This record gives sequence, C-alpha cells and structure tokens, in this order.
Amino acid sequence: MEAQKNVISVLVNNKPDVLARISGTLSGRGFNIESISANVTMNPARTKIIITTMGDNATLTRILKQISRLVDIIEVTDLTGRRAIRRELFLVRLNWSKSGCKKKIEALAKNNGWKILSGDEAGCIIEITGENGVLLNEVMALEQFGMEDFTRTGVVAIEYGE
Amino acid sequence: MFKALEMEEVEVIFGYPGGAVIGIYDELYRQKIRHILVRHEQGAIHAADGYARVSGKVGVCLVTSGPGATNTVTGIANAHADSVPVVILTGQVPTALIGSDAFQEVDIMGITRPCTKHNFLVRDVTELGKVLREAFQIARSGRPGPVLVDLPKDVMQAEIEEADICFVSGYRYAAEFLDDSAIEKAAEMIAIARNPVVFSGGGVSMGKACGELRELAGLIGAPVASTLMGLGAFPASDPLWLGMAGMHGTYAANMAFTHCDLLVGVGVRFDDRVTSRVEAFAPRAKIIHIDIDPVSIDKIVRTNLSILADAKQALSALVGRLKERNHVWPDSISGWQEQVLEWKRVQPLGYDDNGDVIKPQFVVEKLYELSRGKAIISTEVGQNQMWAAQFFQYNEPNCFLTSGGLGTMGFGLPAAIGAQIAAPDSLVIDVAGDGSFQMNFQELGTAVQNKLPVKIAILNNSFLGMVRQWQEKFYQKRYSQTLLDDNPDFLKIAEAYGAKGLRARTVAEVEVVIKEAFATDGVVVMDFIVDREEGVYPLVKPGASLSEMDFGPRGVKNVEVSALKGLVSTNGDDPYSRSFN
Repeated sequence: MEAQKNVISVLVNNKPDVLARISGTLSGRGFNIESISANVTMNPARTKIIITTMGDNATLTRILKQISRLVDIIEVTDLTGRRAIRRELFLVRLNWSKSGCKKKIEALAKNNGWKILSGDEAGCIIEITGENGVLLNEVMALEQFGMEDFTRTGVVAIEYGE
Repeated sequence: MFKALEMEEVEVIFGYPGGAVIGIYDELYRQKIRHILVRHEQGAIHAADGYARVSGKVGVCLVTSGPGATNTVTGIANAHADSVPVVILTGQVPTALIGSDAFQEVDIMGITRPCTKHNFLVRDVTELGKVLREAFQIARSGRPGPVLVDLPKDVMQAEIEEADICFVSGYRYAAEFLDDSAIEKAAEMIAIARNPVVFSGGGVSMGKACGELRELAGLIGAPVASTLMGLGAFPASDPLWLGMAGMHGTYAANMAFTHCDLLVGVGVRFDDRVTSRVEAFAPRAKIIHIDIDPVSIDKIVRTNLSILADAKQALSALVGRLKERNHVWPDSISGWQEQVLEWKRVQPLGYDDNGDVIKPQFVVEKLYELSRGKAIISTEVGQNQMWAAQFFQYNEPNCFLTSGGLGTMGFGLPAAIGAQIAAPDSLVIDVAGDGSFQMNFQELGTAVQNKLPVKIAILNNSFLGMVRQWQEKFYQKRYSQTLLDDNPDFLKIAEAYGAKGLRARTVAEVEVVIKEAFATDGVVVMDFIVDREEGVYPLVKPGASLSEMDFGPRGVKNVEVSALKGLVSTNGDDPYSRSFN
C-alpha cells in the first residue's frame, strides 16, 4: 500500500499527560509522528491536538483505533482527504547583510504575503504561513539569500463548516 | 479512600507496606477490609489478578512507591495482556518532592502508561474518591484491564471532611451500542455456511457469555475450538468440542480451521500463537469477528464481517435473530460434524507411556481424574502450561488461570492464592514447572500464613523444558542454559515454609501422592519427577501453517495417511507433511 501524509485531529481532555499518552501509543507501535501541535480550545477543559504522520491506509486505521481507545480522548477525526484548511507557520531568521539582497527579500515578502517581523541592516526575521508541502520548498529556497535558521509550528488544520 | 473501596465492594487487598504507604496501612489497621500480606509485590499483583479471574470482580493491590511499584510492573503487563480488571494502588513520594529523585521515587505513571488501560496521579485529596471510583469503572468496563492510581504521601495524609463521593463516569467505550445490521449479516452468512466453526476466546468467559456460546454452537451445529484463554467457556465434555487451536492445539481444531468455510471468532484477538502463518489461516473461510475492542478487529486477520460488541450482547442477539429466521442445519452439517469427529478420533491428544518413568501428561490426567474435574487450575508458563491446557478437561469457565498473553513465569502460585481467596471452598491447583515455581515460590509463605490450602504440582524435569524442547527441535540439541540439575529439594522448601511436601518418582506413586495432597487440609507441594525430555505436541512451527503439524515421537503412525489425504486435502498440499526432521 502506498504511503501518504495523514492529518489527524484529536480532541482530548486538557490534562498534563494526555500528549504523552498519545505520543507513547504511537511510538510504542512504531508509528512515526511527523508533526504534532497541541492547544487549548474555546472550551478550556479541552485540548485539540493535530498530528501528521506518514503511512498507508491500514496503518492510519490502526493509529485511529489505538488513539480512540485511550481514556481521555473525546473525539478523533481523520482529516486526510477531507475538506479542511491545513496551514503551517515558519519563522525564518535571515542575514541579508552578507548576501546583500535586502531589496530582493522585501520584494519577495510583499509578493508572497510574508511578514517581516523585525529587520535592521544585518538581517531580519520573517513570518511565513502557508500550505505545508509547498511551504517547505519556499523556505528552503531562502538558503541562497542568507537564511540562518528556521522554526516551524507543525500543521494545524480545521474542517470547513457544514 | 476506604469509603470508595467500600462502595466498590472490595473485600480483599493484596499488598505490601512501605514508607510511602505507611499512613494508608495505619488507617487499614482500623478498617474491616481484609488484607493479604504477600512476600513480594509481584505476588500481590498476580494474586489480585487470579482473584479477579475467578471472582469476576476487580482485584486490588496496594504497594509502596519506587521498588514496590516497579515490582508490580510485570504483573500489570500480564493483566493488560490478558484483559484482567485490577486496580493497583501505588504509594508515591510527597507531591513537593515529585521530580526530585527522592528516596524510593520512580515515575510509575510514565513506566506503566503503555501497560495499563489507564493510570491516575491523585494531586488533591478532594479528588481521591472520585478518581478511585473512576479507576474501578474503567478497569471493569469495555475490554477490562489494569488501572493504576498513584497516591502521593502528603495527599493521603491530608485531612478531609467525610463526604459523599459524587461520581459520574465520563468513560465511554466504543462497543456500547450493538449494530443490528451486522447481526443480520452474520445470520445470513451462517445460513449459507456448510462447514462452520466457532472460535471462542477469553472474551467469552470474561463477558459471561458461555451459555450463549453453547446455544449458538448447538443452533448452527458448529464445532467449537478455543484459544488458551478461552478454555472452559465451552464444556470439554460436549461432542462439538474440538479443543484448543494453534501452535499446541489439537489436530481436530487445526484441521477444522483449515477446512471450514465460515469461522465465527468470539472474544478472540487472533494471537500469533493461534493463527501461526496468517496467510494460511482458515484459507477457505469467511470470517466473522465479534469483539469488544475495536483495536483487535482487522489487526491480524482480515475479516469479512466484524461486530463490535460485548460477547454476551452479540451472541444473544445473534441467537435470537437465527431463531426468528427459523434457522435449520443445512444438509451438509451432519457430514461436517462426522468429518470433525473423524479428525478427533484419528489423532487425539496423547503421549507414549514408556515403563515406569512418569509422564508429565499422565500427572495432569490424574489430577483431573482424582479431582473429578472439580478444581481451579492455575499454571506457570512453558511445558507445564501447555500440558495443563491439553490434558485437564475444562467444563466450567474461570477455572483455568494462565498467563496467556504475556507468558509470565511465576504467575501460577500467586494466582492460585488469589483464586483460593475468591473461591475458599474450591480445590485450587497450581500446575508448575521446576523452573517457574522458583520464580515466585516465596509466596508459599503467604499461602501458609493465611491458611490458603493451595496445592502445587511441580512437573519436575530439571530443565527449563519448553526452551529445551525448542533447542532440541530448532537448535540441534544445544541445551544452552536450560539445565536445572542443581534444583533445590522442593520438599525441604515446602517444609521450611510449614507446608507439606510429597514426592513421586514412579508411576504408581503419582496417585498416592495426589490423593494424599487432596486429603490434606493445607498447602502441599507435590514434586513429580517426570520424563526429562518429554515434549509438548502437537507442535506447529512458528511461521508454518496450522495444517503442518508435528506430532513428535508419535509421528503420524496412528493415522492412515493415504485414506485421509483425499478426505481432508483439497488443494494438493499434504496436511501431514512434517515441518521438520
């Protein structure tokens, strides 16, 4: 079976060890987590966790069942292939004094809707948001313009309304 | 805490005190609840496990922090693998010290997260009652399992006004609602099956569905085989009984699986010890799988229909539906039953007597005969376990206690102690090996102190027999580290603990020893000096298909191979082909 990228949304009780339970369940069975993000929801007693993994359909089904079985889990939704918006945010630190392409970066930022959060003569920090797969290529392309480091949130996703 | 335990109708706690739980033990001193002091915390968890299996209630054990808690981990994993409801109360260092590498501190929450159904750390005494009740609820509902509650010392010593424990469980499990259309589909599949077989597991006795299972089998005329954990759920005296299936299963059970056209699995999880090579498992059959745990479904074997439900609920619905449809046996059923009886007749379980050396299987048969089958059998792990499964006939559920999933040596004696407390008037026998017995024999002290008259039958071959058998078959008889020539004198061990010790060296002595043990009102260790190199057969080599069975030294000499070949083999492979030698 073909491996694909899966996005799972898990609604859980907001308790200190729920994340450990989920990640332990996955790692204990040899499933690799690509990204995971967790945040308290509108209801402070609930946390929403978005997990992306690589794997075939059978693997995904097993992951979903394994997670659903945990006690503090309220709802597990497989967003793979569903009508949902998926986004990831990157923060990129860039030294444009060496590459001398401040102008070029500023233009790119304007065209692509990036935000330059702080900038001086030496360099800047840029916020880039977008669709996960495309975004990584975009960010990696910044290496030639003096990118020093980046940090990323992992995928967050939300389904369309009914 | 004791109020919550009382509300859960806890009668007995198996435990071992220590610094972090000294306050709880002080309160226990004033309470009516019974406490059984074990000799090692592993004994406490296994005893709670054995108690739960026999009583059908939640077993409880109480241990201190650090090593007290870690000593229970094997037993927790054991209960988890066999879906046994137990609540483990562990002491913990005071909350202010958690994370400081304090004396006798371990992160037992982290350690047991993967081998419990759930675990709790109580941070506030006001939560205590609610958490305990939730723990019991989780342990017993859905697919049962162990739940650990970690109790920091300061939380347990905090003062609290006695109040009612408000409890509304938020715990839900997937199988609470039965899908009616699945029952209808199952009934349709059964209606057209010509060679059906029922495969029952631990979930049937756990779900108290033995009556329903029997009714279903009778209604559709299907023979019944079971897993190791399922023994006793269907009476061994019933003509439709095939025996245990799988690696050391009966010929009839494995042949029936190989040739059936419908396999109805109830409360089973298609463990590798049963399926062997999955691609060759029940190759001609459509499979219906009834189980309470969604994770078990389609995990190993692809099913044609899965019913996510409690065994009792699903089976009674299915029986009801079949009756509504006025189900009658198709014509093919009687021929199929004859075929199954033929398999049972040509290759029953057995062993070769050779003179005066005691055969371990003979000992188990004698235990059955002399107890008239009225006994609770617990086992250790290895050859003793398989012989106890094969040669004792189980007609009642919850009478065979064995470490099925995890395979824990040292389980049998403490489990027998728990069983004896749950069933004080029953004869409880631990069928042990000389190796396994030594893993937890300190619990003889617990049995003697509490006047629990368990009987231990050591099938003593001075070997780690199962590993030795594999070394014989698969490692050219290189008996690496399996010789136990320097075993202690088990009679003296028994005597040292204040128990009775009896030994049999000859066939004639077996009956004498067993009779004397049964007549003794107290703990008895029976040391049977058995044939050293006896093996467990039949044997399906791991990775082979269930139809490739090795009958050991008995070979296939009792079988008219040519006559049976055409009868049972329709795809050209030879079901008698031995996988080795």
